[in-house]
Amino acid sequence: MKIAALIKRVPTTEAQAKVGGDGKSLDSSGFQYMPSFYDEIAVEAAIQTKEKVGGDVTVLTLGPQDAAKELREFIARGADAGAILVDPTWHARDARATAKALAKKISALGSELVLAGRVATDRDQASVGPMLATFLGWSCVTEVIALEIAPEKGVAKRETEHGVETVEFTLPAVVTCNKGLNEPRRPNLKGIMAAKSKPVAEEPAEAIENQAVVEKVELPPARKAGRIVGEGAAAVPELIRALREEAHVL
Amino acid sequence: MATVVVYVEQEGGKPVRASTECLSAARATGSTVVAVVAREGAKDAAAALGKFGASKVVCLVGASKYSPDATARDLAKVVRDQKASAFFAAATASGKDVAPRVAAELDSTLHSDCVGLEASGDGFRVVRPWLAGKAIATLSSRAPVTCATTRPNVFQASETGGTAEVLEVPASADGKAVVASVAPKPGGKLDVKEAPVVVSGGRGMKGPEHFHLIEELAAAFGNAATGASRAVVDAGWRPHAEQVGQTGKTVAPKLYVAVGISGAIQHLAGMRTSKVIVAINKDKEAPIFKVADYGIVGDAFEVVPALAKAVQEVRAHK
Repeated sequence: MKIAALIKRVPTTEAQAKVGGDGKSLDSSGFQYMPSFYDEIAVEAAIQTKEKVGGDVTVLTLGPQDAAKELREFIARGADAGAILVDPTWHARDARATAKALAKKISALGSELVLAGRVATDRDQASVGPMLATFLGWSCVTEVIALEIAPEKGVAKRETEHGVETVEFTLPAVVTCNKGLNEPRRPNLKGIMAAKSKPVAEEPAEAIENQAVVEKVELPPARKAGRIVGEGAAAVPELIRALREEAHVL
Repeated sequence: MATVVVYVEQEGGKPVRASTECLSAARATGSTVVAVVAREGAKDAAAALGKFGASKVVCLVGASKYSPDATARDLAKVVRDQKASAFFAAATASGKDVAPRVAAELDSTLHSDCVGLEASGDGFRVVRPWLAGKAIATLSSRAPVTCATTRPNVFQASETGGTAEVLEVPASADGKAVVASVAPKPGGKLDVKEAPVVVSGGRGMKGPEHFHLIEELAAAFGNAATGASRAVVDAGWRPHAEQVGQTGKTVAPKLYVAVGISGAIQHLAGMRTSKVIVAINKDKEAPIFKVADYGIVGDAFEVVPALAKAVQEVRAHK
């Protein structure tokens, strides 16, 4: 089975936001980058599926050329090849523009199963996976915590507010992965050495005009300074009074 | 006047609160609102939607099993048939699953998890968090249909509407994925994203065996969900469904109580829009106190049981 895992380069979770000079973007000068948190769960699911049903795994990103670094790390864990749709302003694409460019590449790769993180931790859209599936006319299951893939179909579980859903689906499919699905493996030395000789292909990402127009970016309003109501259990009555009489939440 | 189609989620024939909030947010833009309800129980839920602002309700009926892709196609068809200029849904597990597909069916992009929504010229303007709320973006849309999901607990559900005309439309039966079964949550536990009160525990709880204190405090509030910091989820003390923060869930309850949580930037990003924040921590320098409205410096094992008892007493005398 030809499997693809999607990666997105995002600022690290420790990153502080600063508004860019145009007031419509983030100032990225202080950013360190990493693959989005959920991506390694998607790659692990891809490798486990390959180990079970055979085939190969391509890790695919739409991002800067430099993202080859992240792709090689995932190749070291057991993926077979990497591909970059190069766009130095990847973070400014809206979800549709990203999904459309990826859909074209997935068709060219001939993938039958695409695994992605449930959300990328920069723009927090959680949209590219299901949009990609829709553009391809494939089935899709989002935020899965359990996954079984057979040759032409699969079964997944996903958590909702009302309980755990069991979803049956046909392949080809896009599946987005939630924490709890698996424990991502670490690369070993052999994998790291082997990754150096594996191919990472590059091609320009298709230019697609954004529909989302950023009008302004701001930092969230600072919270009003609070107060320490006291120390230890003795402070409980004052807290209760404040919650009732000042905050009106009790 | 613009027409907005809203996907309303229901459970057991009752619309979920996040969806009635979304309906009211749509109505507040001054648009005509068409609600769409699916799954078993749709017809029972339809009657209540007029008062939340819907002037028409479309029930997708007859599907033996729910399919998200078939539902997305049905929703896109309603948007086209109604010549709607926008499509909204609540950012619940099901809304987040379906809305991107509806948007793609309409060749439109999606604005997820919006915290602001308003009419602007002949379109709409949305406000949504980036980097889990470390920055706030205001966007407009050039899409043929403005598609957005609304964050639960942010918009006010208001029952100021009238009655709605109810239509039944057969649901498509050609889904590529179907929900075969749902295992209900044990004991009707509230979800951390939906609950009006969230009580979260962190490393200061010292071990999973002490989290009954967090659960007891949540139980004292009556309408509270239990949450957790990333550290304790990574340590396996609590399930990942409870994790609040940039790599977990973003929550905006009326009251957030952080117990033994120091307040790493990635945790703060997930809860800083809560209306009132209470922090209980023995380190008075902990960053959590910088965002808290009220803080108690002290030992969680001493403060939490006392607080639970006091909350219980207040509620008993109401």
